[in-house]
Amino acid sequence: MTGFIGDWHALAILFVAGVIPNQIWRMLGLWFGGGIDENSELLVWVRAVATAILAGIIAQIVVQPPGALASVPDWLRYSAVAAGFAAFMLARKSIFAGVIVGEVVVIAGKYWLG
Amino acid sequence: MALPPLDSPQWQTSFRAFLWGARSIGATVLTLVLFATYLGIGALAHDSGFSLGWTLASTAFVWAGPAQIIVITTLGSGATVLQSAIAVTVSAIRLFPMVVSVLPLMRTEQTKRRHLILVAHLTAVTLWVECYRFLPQVPRNRRIAFIHGLGLGLVSVCLIANTIGYALAANLTPLLAAGMLMLTPLAFLFSTARNCRELADVIALVLGLLLFPLAAMLNSGVDILVSGVVAGTIAYGVHRARAGIVRARA
Repeated sequence: MTGFIGDWHALAILFVAGVIPNQIWRMLGLWFGGGIDENSELLVWVRAVATAILAGIIAQIVVQPPGALASVPDWLRYSAVAAGFAAFMLARKSIFAGVIVGEVVVIAGKYWLG
Repeated sequence: MALPPLDSPQWQTSFRAFLWGARSIGATVLTLVLFATYLGIGALAHDSGFSLGWTLASTAFVWAGPAQIIVITTLGSGATVLQSAIAVTVSAIRLFPMVVSVLPLMRTEQTKRRHLILVAHLTAVTLWVECYRFLPQVPRNRRIAFIHGLGLGLVSVCLIANTIGYALAANLTPLLAAGMLMLTPLAFLFSTARNCRELADVIALVLGLLLFPLAAMLNSGVDILVSGVVAGTIAYGVHRARAGIVRARA
């Protein structure tokens, strides 16, 4: 089973770096959530920062791509996102349409470039 | 798929309600989006050098796509555990208002806090959206069981997607592997864009995308945090300024 789990050290790091810092907010919500207004100003700010962090992650994968994605030229990755976004808007905010068109552009473009 | 009417005998046992919840994963396109996202996460984890067991554990115990991607990309690119933990915890703050707003939908007078632990764990953006859609059609005393079914059903779908994505990344041609890695940013971009409720959310999304490349030049190890806090705070400032103008006019 060593191949499946890999090394236990990495799993311990997952808990310290990923599980605990993530779960803490859910458990805080469970314990102290009763008295907080979902539309309060603090939560508007929190939501805006969280959205911007998510946007940063999206940008990171596209701008500094990992693994096999790095073999796709910059302009093609950006074009795929732009085409996907256009499809998303045209199809009345269909996530599905956006993902499909973005994928078609990146795969067809890369195939064509060889 | 239509749920049975509120007074149907189908709702008499919690177990039945659990099954109706699990079946409801077939009634939403978001399941497909999650599948694509977790296919991408499986591929990303493979290409970043993590084991399959590690990837599945991250899905089962973190259960938040953005946090999982942050852990994989930061640790994979050499950040310290502390830097990853900070970025994850900031991204996870959004779970707090989600949990806060979702729990009152299923609380009854008999509900103890411990009955809601699993619901809190399962709460993430997809479940949060679906709670508002499905729960009005579920009798209040069966809602926790229903959400357990729905949430665990979604987790199972994602564990399967992870496994497929991981296996494919190891065996696909570079062309298709690149396509699969592209699934993550596309699915997240459009699902976030769809969830934008207010102007502040839209500005945060656009500025967050544009500021990251600038912040990345700092090479601080917490670039995502820097661009996120700056972009989010500007978006909030615009929201405040606009609210002020509206109030002044009124």
